[in-house]
Amino acid sequence: MRKLRLIAIAAFSLASLLLPCSAQKLVTPVSAIAGEDITISTTGTGKATFYLSGPGVANKRDVTLGDEIHLAGTDLKIAGAYVVILCADSCHGSTFYVKGSKPTSLALLVHPSRVPVAQSDAVSGVAIPFDRFRNMVLEPVQVNFQLTAANSAPVSHQIRSQNGIAWFRTASEKKAGKLQITATLDSVSSARVLQQVASDPCNLRIKGQRTAKGIELETEPVKDCSGNPVPDGTIVTFNLSGENGKTTVDAPIKQGIARARIQAQGPQSVTVASGVVMGNELRIGGQP
Amino acid sequence: MKIILPIVLVVATAILVVLGLFGLGQARGTVGIAQGSALPGLSENADTPVKAVDNLLADVKRRNWDRAYATLAKDSGVEEAAFIQDWTGSNGSLRSFSSLESFETRPMHVSNDEAQMRVHLRWSTPVGPVDDVRDLRLTHEGDNWKVMWPKEQVPSVPAQVIPVNYLRWDLVSGSEQDWGSKNVDAPHVRITSMNAVDSAEGSVVMGEVVNEDTIPAFVTVNATFIDAEGKPLDDENSFDKIDHVLLPKQVSPYRIDFPGISLKNVKNVRMDVKAMLVPASADPVIGVMNQKIETDPQGHSVLHGDLLNESGQTVNIPHVIASFYDANGKVVWVADGYVESALLPQSSGSFGIEIPKNLSGKVQNFHVVVNEYSVGKA
Repeated sequence: MRKLRLIAIAAFSLASLLLPCSAQKLVTPVSAIAGEDITISTTGTGKATFYLSGPGVANKRDVTLGDEIHLAGTDLKIAGAYVVILCADSCHGSTFYVKGSKPTSLALLVHPSRVPVAQSDAVSGVAIPFDRFRNMVLEPVQVNFQLTAANSAPVSHQIRSQNGIAWFRTASEKKAGKLQITATLDSVSSARVLQQVASDPCNLRIKGQRTAKGIELETEPVKDCSGNPVPDGTIVTFNLSGENGKTTVDAPIKQGIARARIQAQGPQSVTVASGVVMGNELRIGGQP
Repeated sequence: MKIILPIVLVVATAILVVLGLFGLGQARGTVGIAQGSALPGLSENADTPVKAVDNLLADVKRRNWDRAYATLAKDSGVEEAAFIQDWTGSNGSLRSFSSLESFETRPMHVSNDEAQMRVHLRWSTPVGPVDDVRDLRLTHEGDNWKVMWPKEQVPSVPAQVIPVNYLRWDLVSGSEQDWGSKNVDAPHVRITSMNAVDSAEGSVVMGEVVNEDTIPAFVTVNATFIDAEGKPLDDENSFDKIDHVLLPKQVSPYRIDFPGISLKNVKNVRMDVKAMLVPASADPVIGVMNQKIETDPQGHSVLHGDLLNESGQTVNIPHVIASFYDANGKVVWVADGYVESALLPQSSGSFGIEIPKNLSGKVQNFHVVVNEYSVGKA
């Protein structure tokens, strides 16, 4: 198929160069729509050979000059440039473009899949309309991006596509949770969900006491600066310094609180950290 | 001629055998197998403390347990099974995958009836050679010296039920085939500090890395040395000098060694941290207790501490990584060490990490993390 197409293009180029004058002519439409039939009119008399070469298609057939040549939509499914050549005693050619048809699907890419809350320009979405043959629709179309988060009113962005792409960028919400982004174009829509997660812990505080089993430490509910609980599993590091040296325990947050029970003798100075965030300091005496 | 050659060969062989048995074996110092007999069943009489220890260690090296046990003093009070377990390890610990490669014996104190010896043991292990120092006490029994083998206190774990309700993260790849519907971003990790120094073997790049995300990450830190012409000199990665699996907000030291490259040839260092989303568990929690920098009998600064396994599962090979800071909070050294015995549930074990002599005065603070390798756990 590719060989035939190359031969046709080469033949057309040679014919155009060597035989600039010819009796027959063909008139092609300026543009066509993918999957739709088109008609090419010819002039002259007698028999001729017609060649069609385009993305994913190359064929030839005998035609009668003066008659119209019908090209079926099945031969024009892929958007791009097509070459037609008509050869009798000489060859004559023309080029036309096939554009994507009506959008039937939307590819939606949303980035990132997880985003900390209250970050400016942190969420972006890109929608690319495609027709039923998976051709990009390059004609400008209006895409409606709707952002829906729990317990807040949906926010819409009307974006006109440029060169087949519509995109937006926005800040993440202050509340952690799922954010659904829906892109809609006429009756076509596509949805993605991203997770808005708590940011770094804020105002990390601990309390503790010495018991018969050791020093029991726990944080107050760990939240970020927007008041969202920091996800369970986040590591909180307890550091104890006393006369026997330093003791460290990395404890994961469970149900919003990180806890540790540490056997340490004598008075202890306790600090807490989570990632690069430091918390308060605590002093615990040597006696229960 | 036909007879002379075989005769010469036989005589030469006999001379070499005699030299091997009585000559070279005693001419050397006290390193490994060279001390004592190289052939099984030909141990020397333990008429000195050094010979007694060498006989014991040579038998241990050959895994000749009955003979090794026979060199112990009657008052040792250790059973043969426990003695063997001391050397072969248990519970899938690092020791159970190790073998004694060489040893060096040094007398510390000798009197007519008692002696104290220090032995440097070099083990070959799956994670590279591991050095160990043990002090042994010997007593004079009859004409021979015998080793008093201390009875190890093996932690006994009572039968119990330990509830485990820590988080676990699993990965689910969606079944939807739509473009862009299966994208899950890699975790966000960040290098919070980096320091490059010359070392005895070349140069070292070290620092700390934090997982800033809300999901676990498998982290690798790479560094590339760039020369004055902008060409890469060498690139290396953190290999096992890092806690690869970082839970959310967890911090790990990292160290990248560049053997044979001096920093004076390096114009620039390009750092690259790679993070991958992996399934992980917040269990086991291992506490690092009683951390203290002390000077050992050989004058080295050593960070000592105890690891407490707070979970209900055995940690087969604990791996300790420590970052050391100067007075300004800058990471001046990162070192690591493997603990040779397994950590049983709710039990503790000690560790020690040596600090280079030239840095021991600089170190003001430190941070220890524990990496763990458990049998049957990916």
